[in-house]
Amino acid sequence: MSTTTGPTAAGTRTLLSARNLVKHFPVRGGGLLRRTVGEVHAVCDVSFELAEGETLGLVGESGCGKSTTARVALNLIPATSGEVRFGDRELTSTSAKDMRALRREMQLVFQDPYASLDPRMPVSELIAEPLRIHGLYDAGGRQQVRDLMKTVGLKPEHGNRYPHEFSGGQRQRIGIARALALRPKLLVLDEPVSALDVSIQAGVLNLLQELQAELGLSYLFVSHDLSVVRHIADRIAVMYLGKIVETGPAEQLFNAPAHPYTHALISAIPLPDPRRERARERITVVGDLPSPANPPSGCRFRTRCPKFAAELSASQQSRCTDEEPELSDRGTGHPVACHFAEARSLL
Amino acid sequence: MSPAPSPTTDTVLEVSGLNVSFPSSDGAVRAVRGVDYALRRGEILGIVGESGSGKSVTSMAVMGLLPNTAQITGSITFDGQDLLTLSEQQLNGIRGDRIAMIFQDPMTSLNPVYTVGAQIAEAVRAHRDVTKAQALERAVELLRTVRIPNPEQRVSSYPHELSGGMRQRVVIAIAMANDPDVIIADEPTTALDVTVQAQILDALKAAQQETGAAMVLITHDLGVIAGQADRVMVMYAGKLVEVGSVEDIFYTPRMPYTLGLLGSLPRLDQQSERLTPIPGSPPSVVNMPPGCPFSPRCPLSTPECDDTEPVLESVGTDHRAACHHSSEVSGARPDEVFDTATVDADALGEFVQAAEGQA
Amino acid sequence: MPEPRTSTTLTDQAQLAQTPGAAPVDREFTVAERSQTQLVFRRFLQHRAAMISLVVLVLLVLLAYVGGALWKYDVGEITPDNSVPPSLDHPFGTDAVGKDQLAQVLGGTRISLQVSVVVTLFATAIGTLWGSIAGFFGGRIDTVMMRIADLVLTLPLVAVAAMLGHNFGGTWYLIAFVIAGLYWAYVSRVARGVVLSLREKEYIEAARALGATNTRIILRHLVPNALGSILVNLTILVALAILLETALSYLGFGVQNPDTSLGLLVSEAQTALTTRPWLFYFPGLFIIIIALTINFIGDGLRDAFDPQQTKVRQ
Ligand SMILES: Nc1ncnc2c1ncn2[C@@H]1O[C@H](COP(=O)(O)OP(=O)(O)OP(=O)(O)O)[C@@H](O)[C@H]1O
Ligand SMILES: Nc1ncnc2c1ncn2[C@@H]1O[C@H](COP(=O)(O)OP(=O)(O)OP(=O)(O)O)[C@@H](O)[C@H]1O
Ligand code: SF4
Ligand code: SF4
Ligand SMILES: [Mg+2]
Ligand SMILES: [Mg+2]
Repeated sequence: MSTTTGPTAAGTRTLLSARNLVKHFPVRGGGLLRRTVGEVHAVCDVSFELAEGETLGLVGESGCGKSTTARVALNLIPATSGEVRFGDRELTSTSAKDMRALRREMQLVFQDPYASLDPRMPVSELIAEPLRIHGLYDAGGRQQVRDLMKTVGLKPEHGNRYPHEFSGGQRQRIGIARALALRPKLLVLDEPVSALDVSIQAGVLNLLQELQAELGLSYLFVSHDLSVVRHIADRIAVMYLGKIVETGPAEQLFNAPAHPYTHALISAIPLPDPRRERARERITVVGDLPSPANPPSGCRFRTRCPKFAAELSASQQSRCTDEEPELSDRGTGHPVACHFAEARSLL
Repeated sequence: MSPAPSPTTDTVLEVSGLNVSFPSSDGAVRAVRGVDYALRRGEILGIVGESGSGKSVTSMAVMGLLPNTAQITGSITFDGQDLLTLSEQQLNGIRGDRIAMIFQDPMTSLNPVYTVGAQIAEAVRAHRDVTKAQALERAVELLRTVRIPNPEQRVSSYPHELSGGMRQRVVIAIAMANDPDVIIADEPTTALDVTVQAQILDALKAAQQETGAAMVLITHDLGVIAGQADRVMVMYAGKLVEVGSVEDIFYTPRMPYTLGLLGSLPRLDQQSERLTPIPGSPPSVVNMPPGCPFSPRCPLSTPECDDTEPVLESVGTDHRAACHHSSEVSGARPDEVFDTATVDADALGEFVQAAEGQA
Repeated sequence: MPEPRTSTTLTDQAQLAQTPGAAPVDREFTVAERSQTQLVFRRFLQHRAAMISLVVLVLLVLLAYVGGALWKYDVGEITPDNSVPPSLDHPFGTDAVGKDQLAQVLGGTRISLQVSVVVTLFATAIGTLWGSIAGFFGGRIDTVMMRIADLVLTLPLVAVAAMLGHNFGGTWYLIAFVIAGLYWAYVSRVARGVVLSLREKEYIEAARALGATNTRIILRHLVPNALGSILVNLTILVALAILLETALSYLGFGVQNPDTSLGLLVSEAQTALTTRPWLFYFPGLFIIIIALTINFIGDGLRDAFDPQQTKVRQ
């Protein structure tokens, strides 16, 4: 029913495409039997496309299903329904064995650069691991590991150190080196800089950009930080409660956002510029994210939507309550999932 | 150390020559080194700096909340008394009362077994001679000020029934009830989503305006500082490296670290090609070498910088910076000072070749 | 409260010079590249109690095997002197029928060591794999495998061992297998618990995202990380094995004469505790030395395998 995140840049081939992805997690009750008492609708009917050499930013607040989308797209957790195509392969029906071989092409970089590195492996071994897994280490793997370490800004002499001996930014570089080792086509980055101080974060972002330019990688960049996403992404998809509510080219999304949630998100991010920050028009939302186990009917954003609360008539409101808005272009230049979408300038 | 600016009658809290160190097996951890500042009545003073730069320790020293192992020297003057010389009992009279603290995790300040109404009412009754019912009424009013929906019902909720953002608002309401002179907020919004952060910042501002308290706002988010603070202190490796009005810090920084921080920020309001990261990572505050602590990461560093540690010196009205070359920073753009390249091109080329040869 | 960050900040200084563009001041030690086994080995060497224990244990083993072979009396050899207290000719004295106790104790040590090594190796190998597989796969596999382990755990150990020992008993390796056949269940419980918590770690997911097979994840990530906790249990196991063997021998279902074990010696000595105390003290002392040294070695191994625990980094 929903459209995808729109056409990818002309003339390029689609590398990854997800169609109507759904992922439900069972909620188990307490007690001995641990019966399933409900379902968390972590991802509901999400579709997107990612072209070769492109960066798609996936943004949204905590718990909106970004990480789950990323993992389902990599077939790391099985989708409840929906399809994922990688190149010309359909991932959801690929056997575990074929999937393991395919992982060479698609890699994941984690948010917590500490938890995702085995504390008992020295760094050179960590970076060599992907090569070993795919039987590529014996052919000059040692030298490749050293090159990789240099590439991401680590000293090869430090290869025998353990992850805990490195600072956060360096650990994230280790994670990136590991992901790069197999020369993948796709990197899925799950909040790769969220745990880092700004001065360190900038270095990692630059590294990612340079690697992309050099190696022609495609990035699915997951983040809750709109500023970071604007900096790095070509196209952006905004998620709310398991759904993509707005998507489009980065420039358009920031210059003419059309979904009330995107408005609120952009308004909520403080600009590091005192004069502009204090002079800004603000759209604020009230309340907190509803539980994904029991999402509101109709438009999922309606419980917090400032437009719903302040601008709509009762009959318009009932449309929001009863009818789920589709993700489609309503004359704003890019797909938006709001019955009353309206482009605004907020920056 | 340069002398702190002379305190005026406007000053509510004055910290001078504050040093905090913790003994460790590898030598003293010098978490705070010679921090001086004066907090003016009703102002919002922002403290920014990287993780581990001593922001929290500085404010915990003011609150007398550091563990007993901490070695503290200097003075912290509040209301004519040096807080460092007070007994624990005397401190208790001030802490949470005239100086309120808001932490990143609201549960550190809430008691899980009492309703939020009871906790706010208790704070109200500590200050005013009112009945329980009146105190509860005031609690509802305070909850409304911090924009909690349905405050009449929410007063009888327990902390675990509220979301993180709501709890943080309750903490702010308790702080307001005490009618403090100073509010210290240590990363009050770091654990929250941006839309909730915006709500909390509004609530904080409301609390600060209603009580007329001065506020110390600690955060690593320069955007929050830009929107909230009147003055800003930048900390690095336990020291203040730049102090000035929010405009000074953002538009005319005079210390390379501040400039680097600004250049590191991706901007929501403009498309930038490349950021200018600060190379390296912050130094350990154990066994620090002499000289400027920023020197190993500073593109402007000269031998002088490694010999003598720069002190905070006036570089403009009410603007101080600790840098031997602060005049060179003046007017410079981050990308004129810092390098933007991060990839070792040779290594990358070799790697690409090796991998292609293999394929 | 700020979390103690010293462990990372400590190294931050060392990292300064690591990033391109940093000042050329290299404020850090230089380390030669070393393999992981070399590092583990080095850390173990630096653990004093473990090293002393290792030396003592090696001496004890040499004494038992080389010393036992060189000593003028053999196990079970009856000398003309009966019931003599320790002397130059019989450093550990003799028993009522005139067996030289030094020869007996050394022989008993050999058997006891062999029993405990076999028990520990088998019980640990089987138990660790069993528990790791159950914990890793979870679900029905876990339920079935753990039910089986529980069943073994609820068996009255001594009674079953006695029964099996009675039917197959006599030779030391059969006794060892009987004991291992009961103790692996205990190890598997420990291993499963450890693996259950490790399984949720992000680095396991990371390995899977790299395309690692389950076998690789279990062998390269789960088992090495579980090793610490398992090693500690392993040392307890050595002591337990010796004790169970003692109990079996005492009941008469363990090692049979003319073979002997430390347990058998201790139990034989019990009747003569007041008249010939040396018969009791020497084998008892050997049991304690073996249990203690292995325990310390276990400690040292655990520290050596866990890079976060060691204070020696340079
Ligand atoms: N394994 C799981 N079992 C049950 N529920 C889960 C599981 N993983 C995620 N969820 C739930 O699914 C929803 C989406 O989670 P997800 O981790 O994808 O969010 P996110 O957008 O990545 O959030 P964050 O920014 O906090 O990482 C959440 O409500 C979460 O609690
Ligand atoms: N109780 C303590 N014992 C030992 N060292 C401590 C203690 N508390 C803080 N430190 C050290 O003091 C230094 C400054 O810590 P502080 O918590 O003030 O940093 P911060 O600027 O608040 O960082 P963050 O942004 O991560 O909160 C750190 O190096 C920290 O490890
Ligand atoms: S559909 Fe209605 S409730 Fe939903 S975002 Fe649009 S206006 Fe708001
Ligand atoms: S004193 Fe020197 S090293 Fe320190 S910030 Fe200034 S120029 Fe850089
Ligand atoms: Mg996530
Ligand atoms: Mg802090």
